Amino acid sequence: MSMKAWWLAFVGGLVVLVIIALTVARMFGPASPAQTEAPEANTATAPAETAHITATVFFGSPDGEALVPMRRDVPLAQNVVDQGRQILTVQLSEAAPSPFVTVIPAGTTLRAFYVTERGDAFVDLSREVVSGHPGGSLNELLTVYALVNAVTANLPAARRVQILVDGKEVDTLAGHVDLRRPLVRDTSLVRSDGK
Amino acid sequence: MRSCQTVRVLTLLVALLVLMLVIPPSAQEVAPATPLTLVSREGRRPLPTTIQGGRELVALDDVASIFQVSVREDTLAGGVTVSYRGRSIVASANRPMASVDGRVVTLPSPVVRAGRRWLVPIEFLSSALAAIYDQRIEFRRGSRLLLVGDVRLPRVSASIESAGPPTRAAIEIAPATAVTAATESGRVVLRVDADALDLALPPTGSGLIDRIRPGDQPNLVVIALTPPAGTGRATVTTANNITRVLIEVPAAAESRSPIPDPRIAITASRAWQTIVIDPGHGGDDVGVRGPRGVEEKQVTLDVARRLRTMVETRLGLRVILTRDDDRGLGLDERAAVANNGKADLLLSLHVNGSRGAAQAGAEVFHLQLDRESADVVRAATSEGVALPTLGGGVRRLDLIPWDLAQARYLDASAILAGVLQEELQRQVPMSESPIRQAPMRLLASANMPAALIEMAYLTNPGQERRLDNDDFKTTMAQAVFSAIVRFRAWSEESRTP
Repeated sequence: MSMKAWWLAFVGGLVVLVIIALTVARMFGPASPAQTEAPEANTATAPAETAHITATVFFGSPDGEALVPMRRDVPLAQNVVDQGRQILTVQLSEAAPSPFVTVIPAGTTLRAFYVTERGDAFVDLSREVVSGHPGGSLNELLTVYALVNAVTANLPAARRVQILVDGKEVDTLAGHVDLRRPLVRDTSLVRSDGK
Repeated sequence: MRSCQTVRVLTLLVALLVLMLVIPPSAQEVAPATPLTLVSREGRRPLPTTIQGGRELVALDDVASIFQVSVREDTLAGGVTVSYRGRSIVASANRPMASVDGRVVTLPSPVVRAGRRWLVPIEFLSSALAAIYDQRIEFRRGSRLLLVGDVRLPRVSASIESAGPPTRAAIEIAPATAVTAATESGRVVLRVDADALDLALPPTGSGLIDRIRPGDQPNLVVIALTPPAGTGRATVTTANNITRVLIEVPAAAESRSPIPDPRIAITASRAWQTIVIDPGHGGDDVGVRGPRGVEEKQVTLDVARRLRTMVETRLGLRVILTRDDDRGLGLDERAAVANNGKADLLLSLHVNGSRGAAQAGAEVFHLQLDRESADVVRAATSEGVALPTLGGGVRRLDLIPWDLAQARYLDASAILAGVLQEELQRQVPMSESPIRQAPMRLLASANMPAALIEMAYLTNPGQERRLDNDDFKTTMAQAVFSAIVRFRAWSEESRTP
């Protein structure tokens, strides 16, 4: 093989090596913006254990006429769904501080909570929310909108809330308020002064 | 020969290498087909965006210069902080969420760190930045507009409902906005009281309408007519926070005498015949129980019977009770009694309950329909179904879902609630909130004006005693009867052509 042929082979080999190196770098190298995978909302990495958020939950005013917002520290969760569960657990289980009244029937627990991509949140409650309900349009409105407002006020990802009982859609809790469709936030029943 | 081949192969490889070096590795980062436009009181300006992996992103550098926010990178934590007047947003690379003053806001795609630049989804502006900014920020995806501040930019959607002639087009403006229509030769011009319009117009015309297009000013819409069109007519109505402009274009030679609408003719000729009274609860469902044991289901049935006697004997109308004994009845069954009985009015009687024992007084409920349900009804009403009639011609039917039948009577029911409140407060104690609007299940399905009356609070010991008293129940029935008389007069008068 002549010197010229050796030289050509050397240069050719060098070019092939550079092309391979470039290709490999593009496939496995440092992530360029275009290659960044979009992780799902619920796979965000865990926050520090001590982190909290301030959530708004709702109790009844002393005269039973309106909802009163109150701030509560809730552990910061890994994602929106877990955060919603944390907030609803406080909303359902915490007794109202005197002189305020509790608007959720005693014994009601959260069976499930999830949020669709359209922003519809589903709050699945145990049957006590129906069996333990005292009745009356106003009582029923306060129960429903305490839950709807607690979800939508704290989780901007949830635009509407549908209440389920025992995993199923229900007409109403006590014969008045339509629960067949998701409900949007309603602040007309909320009174911040607690009077 | 062999050397020649080697040279060719080598040339090819070098060309490939040059190509790889020339084309940047971020070739997938492309600009969107239509730029995003920022609309504010100061005017319009483009907002540069980039599409990566199918997601449209905006650079925080651009956001900082446009919105006057500060962007600070925390290299140790791998995050970025956006601050505005003491309030801040914290976001981390590759996470589809941000913390806005301690509240978690989800984003449709992750925040991306590209070299020295931070890229965020457009929704970051409307969901995260808007929460700390002192002006409204709204992103309208369909029209690719980002509204900043108090800019009046209603959505205007137009559709041609029938080619005709007469050709009919409907233009809806949401939220409701004042509009004036000027009829000119060969066109109708709508002037909307707004800074600009978010337009969704049909691509082509139909019948006597050549095209519906934007005007030469940002708040104008032009309906261009085509021969042999006569003079167009515009009718403006407003309901449910939507202004609807109906444009009707007759043929040039067509008579301008109005064509009677068969639906109006049928209803106008019929006076009230039937009302339905619904005693709430019943059977196992006792409703509210007072501290002395008085049950809601007993009180509602008792007052309903008294009211029936008054209406039948004094007005001569047919009265149907949804239940005339102590039995349970579903809400759909109650609505069916009223709808199938072609009732002119539905009144549902209830007694209220509160966790506060002092709560007292009567309340009247009428239906509140959410925006999306109203949209369903509007779509059904505007599309409709055309059926041939026996005498020739076509009759248009609006198909409305059973569970949203009340949608057409929202205004009438609001008037009914007002009349009920006025008559009740003459004779019985009223609550501090005498009229309430709420998504009441029974009312939603009523295909006639309807209201629900909470006569008193059974949880109040004093009111429980009154609800157990015959005089009070008769007074209550009398008050509701007076309201029926007044509302019937209004209703029959408003039906007169």
